[in-house]
Amino acid sequence: MVNVEVTPLPGIGTRQDFVSRSGRRIGVVTYRDGHFDLIVSKHDDPDSCVASIPLTTDESGALANLLGGPQLVAKLQEQNRDVPGVDTRQLPLAQDSPYDGRTLGDTALRTRTAVSVVAVVRAGTVHPSPRPDFTLGGGDLLITVGTSEGLAQAADVLDNG
Amino acid sequence: MHNTAISLIELGAVFFGLGILGRLAWKIGVSPIPLYLLGGLAFGAGGLVPLEGIEPFTELSGEIGVVLLLLLLGLEYSAAELVTGLRRSWLAGVLDIVLNAAPGAAVAFLLGWGPVGALAMAGVTYISSSGIIAKVLGDLGRLGNRETPVVLSILVFEDLAMALYLPILTAVLAGTTLLGGLTAVGVSLIVITVVLVVALKFGRYVSMVVDSPEPEVFLLRLLGAALLVAGLASQLQVSAAVGSFLLGIAISGSTAENATKLLEPLRDLFAAVFFVVFGLNTDPRSIPPVLGYAIALAVITTITKLATGWFAAQRQGIARMGRARAGAALVARGEFSIVIAGLAVAAGAVDGQLAALATAYVLLMAILGPVAARVVEPAARAMQRLATRGSAPASP
Repeated sequence: MVNVEVTPLPGIGTRQDFVSRSGRRIGVVTYRDGHFDLIVSKHDDPDSCVASIPLTTDESGALANLLGGPQLVAKLQEQNRDVPGVDTRQLPLAQDSPYDGRTLGDTALRTRTAVSVVAVVRAGTVHPSPRPDFTLGGGDLLITVGTSEGLAQAADVLDNG
Repeated sequence: MHNTAISLIELGAVFFGLGILGRLAWKIGVSPIPLYLLGGLAFGAGGLVPLEGIEPFTELSGEIGVVLLLLLLGLEYSAAELVTGLRRSWLAGVLDIVLNAAPGAAVAFLLGWGPVGALAMAGVTYISSSGIIAKVLGDLGRLGNRETPVVLSILVFEDLAMALYLPILTAVLAGTTLLGGLTAVGVSLIVITVVLVVALKFGRYVSMVVDSPEPEVFLLRLLGAALLVAGLASQLQVSAAVGSFLLGIAISGSTAENATKLLEPLRDLFAAVFFVVFGLNTDPRSIPPVLGYAIALAVITTITKLATGWFAAQRQGIARMGRARAGAALVARGEFSIVIAGLAVAAGAVDGQLAALATAYVLLMAILGPVAARVVEPAARAMQRLATRGSAPASP
């Protein structure tokens, strides 16, 4: 379990951070007005920060996507370990993908590659078991289950149509 | 009316000029306060271009500036933060008072200003500028640093110390006896305790009186309440500043946050006028005789604040570099030093040169503070290199 430390910053907000296994302090400073900074400590001076990056709500959602997706994949992989030949991967939908703005049904992934989309991660939120009429958007992460060839094909379909 | 036209032009030119100075200040990374003071010095009696006809406006605006500065200082920290701050950092806070008030008091005695002047100067050199410090920490991306909560809790402690100090100063300036002074201490201790308890337990009700979903109504109620409380406090000889400060502490929660957002631009406007007025009322020719003392005070109180921050950060288990950063962050003095000097000069109970010394001191410290916060890391590293050179080869 990661131990997240919450420190009040009087007059400013709060700092929430934890120390990673590699010895770096990672966290966020949440301001009273709701916006926040991503902070990462310096390697040689853990008291200070190498970066303090202001993030908008959208940007923090995107970051949560990037970090939350693999966690979901790891969980599914754990569950599918007993089933030989089945693999779990996260496939990003690029901004310029032909399916940006179209439905999951339009991709016909199941028919063409035998791959199932078990969840879509968007702006830090997981949409489980999306239906064929689920509209995809650039930046979405598709959590997919299938054979390794099927998954490679699916990635190609999502990129090139 | 011809006079009105001239006054408007003069006032417009002053504000516009301050705007240019403010932009310039943040561009070179220092607080605009010293530049506002210099602006005031340039236009006042004995300055380059004496301005006349806008005094009725500027005098009252300056007063409102003080009320708003103190109201927002009170709003800055919630009562809960004040109590936690007091509990956690009282030792460093006490050291802060001893180390940083003593130099000011000593210089006042040296110049023969007596105990009253010493009390005022002690406040001038003690109180750090929470405005400058918060801005500099944010600009330098140090809010996520481990030493930052230490710095902030010292500022919280200074905040509370001000609540105790201002009523005492006002009482002493009004010329009370030792007994009267002690009564003032007792009364202010009771008042602060009452205000803190009220803010902790019944803060909602105080907030309810001023709160409103309409920004316009909210602003008018807030400003009305602040000026009413300030005026009443002034009538009771407690000083307008203290009244608005305690009101700020009593307002809590989301009301306080919204109030801060709404009042900040107003505070900046009226506070700028206050600094200009203070500069206007200070004769530039009175500064050179006290400049030596101001520089000596600047050097000494830079070292004492460094020591305070170092000690406080060390107690929280922060490494050397962080301790140095905490100390350097605390160096800046600004708005509240001028408020204290302004109170003292307005009461007429202290030597007129106090204004000149306070002006020169704040000019130095408001510039030196942000610079110290910036250069502390390279300076500390250079010192480390010097210390290790010769004894051992530098590590890669």
